[in-house]
Amino acid sequence: MTAVSATGAAAFLGRFEGLRTRLPGARLPWVEAMRDAASVAFRQAGFPTRRVEAWKYTDLTAVTASAFGEPLTSVDDAPALPATAHPRAVFVDGRFRPDLSTLDACIYAAESLAQALPGLEGRLGLLARADEQPMTALNTMLFEDGLVVDVPAGVAGGVLELLSLAAASERAPAYHPRHLVRLGAGASLTIVESAIGPAAQRYLHNPVFEIEVAAGARLNHGRLQMEGREGLFLSTVYARVAAGGAYDNFTLNAGAKLARNEIHVALNGPKAEAHMNGVQLVADGQHADTTTSLDHAAPDCASRQTYKTVLSGRSRGVFQGKIHVHQVAQKTDGYQMNQALLLSPDAEIDCKPQLEIYADDVKCSHGATVGELDADHLFFLRSRGIPDAQAKAILVEAFLTEAVEAVADETIRAALAQGVAGWWQRQGIAGGLEEA
Amino acid sequence: MLKIENLHATVDGKPILNGLTLEVPSGEVHAIMGPNGSGKSTLSYVLAGREGYEVTGGSATLNGVDLLAMEPEQRAVAGMFLAFQAPVELPGVGNANFLRTALNAIRRAKGEAEIDAMQFLKLARARMKVLNMPDDMLKRPVNVGFSGGEKKRNEMLQLALLAPSFAVLDETDSGLDIDALKMVADTVNSLRGPGFSALVITHYQRLLNHIVPDRVHVLSAGRIVRSGGAELAHELEASGYAGVQAAA
Repeated sequence: MTAVSATGAAAFLGRFEGLRTRLPGARLPWVEAMRDAASVAFRQAGFPTRRVEAWKYTDLTAVTASAFGEPLTSVDDAPALPATAHPRAVFVDGRFRPDLSTLDACIYAAESLAQALPGLEGRLGLLARADEQPMTALNTMLFEDGLVVDVPAGVAGGVLELLSLAAASERAPAYHPRHLVRLGAGASLTIVESAIGPAAQRYLHNPVFEIEVAAGARLNHGRLQMEGREGLFLSTVYARVAAGGAYDNFTLNAGAKLARNEIHVALNGPKAEAHMNGVQLVADGQHADTTTSLDHAAPDCASRQTYKTVLSGRSRGVFQGKIHVHQVAQKTDGYQMNQALLLSPDAEIDCKPQLEIYADDVKCSHGATVGELDADHLFFLRSRGIPDAQAKAILVEAFLTEAVEAVADETIRAALAQGVAGWWQRQGIAGGLEEA
Repeated sequence: MLKIENLHATVDGKPILNGLTLEVPSGEVHAIMGPNGSGKSTLSYVLAGREGYEVTGGSATLNGVDLLAMEPEQRAVAGMFLAFQAPVELPGVGNANFLRTALNAIRRAKGEAEIDAMQFLKLARARMKVLNMPDDMLKRPVNVGFSGGEKKRNEMLQLALLAPSFAVLDETDSGLDIDALKMVADTVNSLRGPGFSALVITHYQRLLNHIVPDRVHVLSAGRIVRSGGAELAHELEASGYAGVQAAA
């Protein structure tokens, strides 16, 4: 038998046709209808090309030219995971692994999506826009699993770890987990999410989050994207925040050959807050894209965005940030800052801030800077005996400080510091400052 | 001992040092005075190894080691220290962490034991007390929000902690009030001894009232045009550089 590996949108549509009756929820009419609609949308849109405005700076050739396989159905490897004091949900190639997870320790409902699916009508797909984002259409068409979390009103949920592992596999798996997180009124939760994978394997991780934060609730969502260097990571987060609620997203975008961190947040009730901060560390051969879209749809809301990108070697970074202030959203307080540090003449960053303001009484500021390390700063440190590479590391760390310090949650901040340190080690650069 | 022979250097292709020759024996403090544009700061940057200052001829050695062949950090390890005229601010870099990192970088390079955080804080606090620096200057980012005087105090703290064998003070006295001036002088005077020498670059006599130099040199158009004892500084203060330049 000879098989020509199919690639591109056609391959995924073909896979959907083949799996259609076997995917989770295949017997649930509402799931079937949703997947069919998504497949129509994906067939129409295909993978976005750079002619599509939202994808102008990110080329998906690495995705469309790769032949992907299905994740293996039974995986008997049990990767060694670091110990944790927190409940943990582990996914391998996008599939929930009860043997590695400790969701029983949660004081709220947390289970796998494949299991929870029959009860998710009206909730799954509520926020995700398969009709607007082709990657979300692809996810909707092919999702098999994910995490479903429900923190009831008034419950302080503590910390939950969400770990996504790519198995070391020649099959170049593509997986599209769908995660649903819902916080009741006044509830709180911190999610520390890590996505990791083997160094040399091609795979596609295409997660979609749907997050509902009710009145007065707070979700801290720390994301450490440290996929393997051949991994492809295309993530879309949809969050909706009600009155007085807060969604705090911090993303470290440090791994993968190609990574897109796309976040859509709607502030739907008065005094809701969104914090979207992040660090992109982009080394030779990598492409990292952060694209945010923020809807101020109610009065008296506040949003804070600080993104810092460090680029070395031949690499490319993207920041696109859209803030839409609706007419009703008076007294909006919005801030967006995007800064990039180029460590190499072959690195490139594209920035596109976009403000659409339809209310007249708002405070909305944005800024973008692109620069190199300051030669005077570097000389000063070296003149004090600090070797060149270490001096550079110190200055890069200092550049990242503002974004890192904006992270309110200690667990996330610690995980982030570790993620940044790990990135330095992988670049072969000794640590920067010694603590005193 | 610092030995500079027939040193030529250019900045952006423009000759600034034109055959400068100078010796500062161990244990001595020399002053360099000279009009604006005579090459005083260029000399300090050339000695510390700043990029963009191109040496086109001559030599400079510290204790027999060729300074000009070394990277800036290697020069620091070899004992060179430059107190900057305008110290940079480093947002996001804690002062204490910076100081310990620098101290240990030099100690490591010399094969000496590293100093742990506790020992370091003890050492730093003792030095700061002498310099009349509040403790919170350790916690703040390097020079960020420091007044001009505080920045110079911080330079003197680095000088005292790193304990180099040779220090260049590049117009450290500029913009300082009398108390800060005395603090700078006290720091340098406290280091004076057989293993330490310094080059104090200044426009004015007043710093030299507190750091009495063993020798005073006048720099003009990139060369030393006159040398003498401490009294030469007084003479310059009284008559200006015009006479010296005319004589040169």
